Amino acid sequence: MLRKYSSILLLIVLAVSMVIGVGGATAARRQVTELTILWAEWDPANYLQEIGNRYEAETGIKVNVIQEPWGSFYDRMAAEWAAQGDAYDMVVGDSQWIGQGVEEGHYMDLTDFMVENGIHETVTPATLQFYGEYPAGSGRYYGYPTEGDAVGWAYRRDLFEDADNMAAFEEQYGYPLAPPTTWAQLRDIAEFFYRPDDNLYGIGVYTQIDYDGLTMGYETAMFSWGVDWWGEGYQVIGVVNSDKAVEALEFYKELYGYAPPGTNNAFYAEMNDVFINGQAAMIMNYFAFFPALNNPGVNPYADVTGYFATPEGPYGDRFTSLGGQGLSVLNYISDERKQASLDFIKWFATEEVQTQWAEVGGYTCNSAVLQSEAFLASTPYNAAFADSMTFVKDFWNIPEFGELLEPVQRYLNAYVVGGQGTAREALDNTALEQHDILVEAGYIEE
Amino acid sequence: MAQANAQTMSGPGTARQRRRRQTSDRTIANLFIWPTLILLILVNIFPLFYSLYLSFNEYSVISNQPPEWVGLENYQQILMNERSRYWHNFTVTGKYAVLSVGLQMLIGFGLAMLLRERFRGSGLITTLILIPMMLSPVVVGLFWKLIFDPSKGIFNYFVYTNAAGGDQWLSDPTLALWAIVIVDVWMWSPFVMLLCLSGLSAIPNYLYEAAAIDRASAFFQFRRITLPQVAPLLLIAVLFRTIEAFKAFDLVMGLTGGTPGDATETVAVRLYREAFLGKFNTGASSALAYIVLIVIIAVSNLYIRALNQVREG
Repeated sequence: MLRKYSSILLLIVLAVSMVIGVGGATAARRQVTELTILWAEWDPANYLQEIGNRYEAETGIKVNVIQEPWGSFYDRMAAEWAAQGDAYDMVVGDSQWIGQGVEEGHYMDLTDFMVENGIHETVTPATLQFYGEYPAGSGRYYGYPTEGDAVGWAYRRDLFEDADNMAAFEEQYGYPLAPPTTWAQLRDIAEFFYRPDDNLYGIGVYTQIDYDGLTMGYETAMFSWGVDWWGEGYQVIGVVNSDKAVEALEFYKELYGYAPPGTNNAFYAEMNDVFINGQAAMIMNYFAFFPALNNPGVNPYADVTGYFATPEGPYGDRFTSLGGQGLSVLNYISDERKQASLDFIKWFATEEVQTQWAEVGGYTCNSAVLQSEAFLASTPYNAAFADSMTFVKDFWNIPEFGELLEPVQRYLNAYVVGGQGTAREALDNTALEQHDILVEAGYIEE
Repeated sequence: MAQANAQTMSGPGTARQRRRRQTSDRTIANLFIWPTLILLILVNIFPLFYSLYLSFNEYSVISNQPPEWVGLENYQQILMNERSRYWHNFTVTGKYAVLSVGLQMLIGFGLAMLLRERFRGSGLITTLILIPMMLSPVVVGLFWKLIFDPSKGIFNYFVYTNAAGGDQWLSDPTLALWAIVIVDVWMWSPFVMLLCLSGLSAIPNYLYEAAAIDRASAFFQFRRITLPQVAPLLLIAVLFRTIEAFKAFDLVMGLTGGTPGDATETVAVRLYREAFLGKFNTGASSALAYIVLIVIIAVSNLYIRALNQVREG
């Protein structure tokens, strides 16, 4: 009898030991040894990998930056969100994703973490608002501003500083040839360098229809004309198609008239192309793509390339279109991985690491680093970048951003590139379609 | 005894063995059929019916919300909404299909007539002509984009005396569609040529010999012998190319992306924009896909009827 009970007891002890053993093994497995970050396929992602390698050297936690081509970046993230998958711990997501990320529960609320650690005070207010906060002005944070970016301008100093050009320009326009401080000057310079017979064109502007290229280009002008994408209570009619907006769009089309032929569906790559091949005297582009222009191996004009921030509009407004991304933690990972992700962000947000981030080529949003002399002097475009980050503006970041974007791209491309209809018609149609989208989504009442 | 042994041999054990052998054959057959069937059901049949169900729902694949039944609303929005641009997309697709398929038939058939007779180097020329259809449409789109480039491309260089003063083919609302047609014709005329060549080589020589004895003119021979004999294959080429033209996507995306505005936006490109690219309107895009499917089935039926009529003589 005793032997029988002993056997049963032994079995129970063995079973309990096994459970504890398995549990212990599980706990050991739960210890995070690797972090995975999803970002688009471009140079800054390589820079982040470099920073991640330094984190591994310090903590032993490996950081993998997974890069997805820009064209399918959103699709890949969206598919992962839909599956509530845990393949990635963090994503360096586009600024317009934040509404969807928050509303649909994909992004972890970082408010307490950022406030307790004072991280929200280390970055510039504009970057915190556009890359981290949702809804705007709520004080709720879901992303750490990681890669600041904005639309800036590159120009050919050799052309601008040429004595003959300078004399001819001053004679024609009555003021000296220099990087423009107003949009009117920008137009004059574009017109001045428009010389198709010499295969030289005045300016390169965004016209791309596939994603948001044209909208980014046009809104840089639109914001500078003092117009926004919507007014009080999400009203778009009378705002998107206001008189000033029509003026801004007509102006943008005029600029496109001075652009190199073949830039009818052009975005950042095409802008750099027409600059590098010597066709454009000036181009608009995100600062993130200027390192290529500063590389003599890529750009034969690297030594004579200058940079300036977006000039002031005709009514005294000065804004430029925001690019860049914030680092968000995904909600579908385990608590241990969330904590490990927060630890990484805390480390990454320190001034020391942000300085390193800027040194390797990242566009930091850290206020102190942005203002440091070392940063401003380290590249020819950093001063213009730091200047631009004080007057950036972004478009919609609500979950319906993709739907709102589509009519803008379609109607504006037809007008600017195809010359179909008028600016008024293009913006009227855009406003009407956007109104319907916002009504259907419940932002405004019919 | 031998009989008894034989009975014993053909007793329950042998019957089981035979049964096992029979079952085994069926199992082997099933092993071949079922994986394919399961794959077909999972990859083709289920998505087909599920997307039909989704076309009656408001649903976004990335929204984490279940499909919401809206009946025919998606179809109404596509076909009847006054601001809907879908009719424009169908018009663009129709124009593109008619122009490109028509030109491919003319050029493909013409090339086949030229290459019908064997001559020195005809094999090499045929192979060279076939190269465009072996290339990836995206690659073709991208390099033709460079060819059409007004300042760097060779197209304007050949067409105009002053290349820089030539047209911007890809940004002009009228010329952009023609540009896509030109590339599609360049790429797929060889396919039509190949089909026509096989039809032409199957025409018996005695028909022409008899016609020649009757002093029939070359045009008469072409109209009464060549054309009727090749017509079934020509119609098959029209059918294949029309279906492909309705699905035109990669070439359009590579060349114009549907621009300027939506001047070259075919139904397939619009479908892609609705289904992906930040919108993810899965329900509405499923409805659009079904409308396209119905159109393709209708057009194919018309062609097949015509083909049968030609065959019946």
